[in-house]
Amino acid sequence: MASVSSAPESKAEQRGERFLFWSVSPITARRLANFRANRRGVWSLRIFLALFLFSLFAEFIANDKPLLVWYDGGLYAPIINEHPETTFGGDLPSTADFTDEFLIEAIHKKGGWLLWPLIRYRYDTQVDKKDFPKTHQSAPTPPSANNILGTDDHGRDVAARLIYGFRISILFGLILTILSTILGIAAGGVQGYFGGRVDLYFQRFIEIWDSVPLLYLLIILAAVVEPNFWWLLGIMLLFSWMGLVGVVRAEFLRARNFDYVRAARALGASDRTIMIRHVLPNAMVATLTFMPFILQGSIVALTSLDFLGFGLPPGSPSLGEMLKQGKANLHAPWLVVTAFLVIAIMLTLLIFIGEAVRDAFDPRKAVTGGVPPEEAIAGPASAPAVVTVEETAGPEATTRKPSTEREP
Amino acid sequence: MTDAPLLQVEDLQVAFRTPLGLTEAVKGVSFQIKKGETLALVGESGSGKSVSALSILQLLNYPVASHPKGSIRFQGNELIGAPDSAMREIRGDRISMIFQEPITALNPLHTIEKQINEILMVHKGLIASAARVRTLELLDLVGIQDAARRLSAYPHELSGGQRQRVMIAMALANEPDLLIADEPTTAVDVTIQAQILDLMLELQAKLGMAMLLITHDLGVVRKMAPRVAVMRLGEIVEAGDTDTVFAKPSHPYTKQLIAAEPGGAPDPYDETAAEIISADEFKVWYPIKAGVMRRTVDYVKAVDGVSFKLRAGQTVGVVGESGSGKSSLALGILRLISSKGPVVFLGRDIQGLRSKALRPLRRQMQIVFQDPFGSLSPRLTVGEIVGEGLRIHGLGDAGERDAQVIAALSEVALDPASRHRYPHEFSGGQRQRISVARAMVLKPHLLILDEPTSALDMSVQAQIVELLRGLQRDHALAYIFISHDLRVVRAMSHDVIVMRNGQVVEQGPAGAVIDAPKEPYTKALMAAAFELRADEGGLVGA
Repeated sequence: MASVSSAPESKAEQRGERFLFWSVSPITARRLANFRANRRGVWSLRIFLALFLFSLFAEFIANDKPLLVWYDGGLYAPIINEHPETTFGGDLPSTADFTDEFLIEAIHKKGGWLLWPLIRYRYDTQVDKKDFPKTHQSAPTPPSANNILGTDDHGRDVAARLIYGFRISILFGLILTILSTILGIAAGGVQGYFGGRVDLYFQRFIEIWDSVPLLYLLIILAAVVEPNFWWLLGIMLLFSWMGLVGVVRAEFLRARNFDYVRAARALGASDRTIMIRHVLPNAMVATLTFMPFILQGSIVALTSLDFLGFGLPPGSPSLGEMLKQGKANLHAPWLVVTAFLVIAIMLTLLIFIGEAVRDAFDPRKAVTGGVPPEEAIAGPASAPAVVTVEETAGPEATTRKPSTEREP
Repeated sequence: MTDAPLLQVEDLQVAFRTPLGLTEAVKGVSFQIKKGETLALVGESGSGKSVSALSILQLLNYPVASHPKGSIRFQGNELIGAPDSAMREIRGDRISMIFQEPITALNPLHTIEKQINEILMVHKGLIASAARVRTLELLDLVGIQDAARRLSAYPHELSGGQRQRVMIAMALANEPDLLIADEPTTAVDVTIQAQILDLMLELQAKLGMAMLLITHDLGVVRKMAPRVAVMRLGEIVEAGDTDTVFAKPSHPYTKQLIAAEPGGAPDPYDETAAEIISADEFKVWYPIKAGVMRRTVDYVKAVDGVSFKLRAGQTVGVVGESGSGKSSLALGILRLISSKGPVVFLGRDIQGLRSKALRPLRRQMQIVFQDPFGSLSPRLTVGEIVGEGLRIHGLGDAGERDAQVIAALSEVALDPASRHRYPHEFSGGQRQRISVARAMVLKPHLLILDEPTSALDMSVQAQIVELLRGLQRDHALAYIFISHDLRVVRAMSHDVIVMRNGQVVEQGPAGAVIDAPKEPYTKALMAAAFELRADEGGLVGA
């Protein structure tokens, strides 16, 4: 009945849906709507992004150098450029040390001024004894006006370390997640798409590789080289890419017998084109759903290594190291409470975001808008529930004609 | 029988809650069924016939679905809003249902015995040993041979016809008063369809139950139901005696439905035209591997020795039941699966060609698949889908490609403006047109059509057949037309190959094979397809 010529004109408006600057397909538009419908997830994402953005500018928020110095008719930015003390009327050719009272005094004398960041300490700045509260003359000191979260047992400002530690955790997690996702998709895609022998041997390799104990490897590594950020990233990447392989492989195995993949092959498309253009979009659903949880896992992994002392080099700001401090200084509860709260809140935010992403990609999720009505009730003949494109296009295509499945 | 009707449906409405408000799927449907009577509900997909049937058993997804109005009375009791406990008494006991797809309606993890026993034990309170006796009886009743041995079989060990028989046995276990059959034969082959329909008629006479038959196949209605109700867009547009309605349809939609059965004959072709493709003793053998070394011990001979020649403008129809190797033949000829035997395409044997050398030839041979939902990538726009082949073969720049896409879409009678939309916005028939456009944009010489109409409604089938015939006329295309539906094959093909278990049973001009079949198997197939008659001599195992 409905076949001839075009669909009704009213649908024309439903195209051209936009997200930021990109025009998006209706499926994506529905997913965005589903994501937005999860208020908790949206707010978690906003808070998380705000915190992350804030921590990206850690140098401008917590530093022992002033943001700007006005001295003798000239404007200086010590955070960006290094200036010798002589610039500010000092005697030494070495880099100006703004914790030096004499230097500050000299600047003020010439009618100059200094603009300080919010927190006047870097993550590795030793807080001067005279800035400690009167009642506590040895580190760790409790929160005070000077050190709003107190100092740790090396006399360093906890708030400053927190901002830097948060940043390094997130960055580490993000880089590790993105790299291991790329590797995982590539490996899983190749296995699933080609199947057969490739799949068989690759799977066995993964089984063996997966059973290499990461922790021992790191302990041995720590004995040979001093692990830094990139070393740790590399070693963890060697093992973390396997997480996604199973999911992606399954999606590719499923999709390679879809009719539209066959049709692409009949059109003469190369394997690479088919994998990237036709099959990968299927696998992206599973991948994107997993990503917030992978990110969360990566952060936890770094934190626990730091806590055990096999992580970033000593002195680096890190959440795991802060937890360790807290454990070692139970008489200074501000340490452990701060570290615990930050980690707990960060991980909770990520979980909430992950939940919202999972909702967004759930084809069975009751739709919250942006869908043509035909689609929502497409299947009164087949099922009363809401039927979406992925479902109808999915398993049927593989079950309908099992006799023609390609033997590997 | 003039007593009160067994089932009385009055002004039934069904509405679904969607994000854009309530959508009415059924808008005030009334019908009644007396004891022992059969009523057929006919209509195309989306007309609300299944939803109406599911509301009788209150099996819709409440509260997404609701009944703003109407009543359903079964033996005088109101079913709408009846408590769950009361409905459970009725479901499977007084009213049972047969679904379309037996493979999904049976639990794959339980044996046949367990599944039938369960119904008996729940409703009749039988103990296991007594239930087993009754189950055996039921399997005998539905004509499953060697029932005792079949008891411990799992659904996947049975053929499609046997599964449907098991479903019927389950539905009949408690001798219901009303059997609802929702497209009971759509998923099975024609010969099995004939057998199943015969069985249902026979059982109905034996048990005296009423039947509500839901179908889109008018042939089935003629055979099964003395009364028919035609549904469209949630309303019954015409109801009455089947013979009267079909002989003198009063509603325009009914007329259209009856006229919509694919008919006509293909245009004659030029017998001296260039030969497009020929295959000689073509074989597709799937190896069976065993042992630690995975040595090939034997083969599944999906296609075993098929030979044919095809000229420009000619159509060869390939007919057979599921598993006969039709689709393997299509994929093998396209070199999408490995095969043996020479295939000469445009004067060149493509059998030994490497995939790189084959790629330019792929332009000339295209395929259209059965499932209009599965064969279009849901994440690409129609324009991208149709233009994909041009892109792959590097034909033209973006502007020229766009022009060709527009031309191809116009050719299949789709609005070219729709190329910016996504496949899910189109109906099944429109999607199949997109598939055809995707193939046609490359201007191929050979088009393989793998069941292009099976997933479509009857009237849409006729339109697609018309479209394909027109394209063949205009472009002198050679078609390999694969289908299990003999009516469509007759409307399309010059020559016919009848396949069974990978082998050619009969081959020749369409008129000769279809109207005067020689082989017993072909005879049985034709009887089943055109008269819905199960031919006992036809060697057809269900």
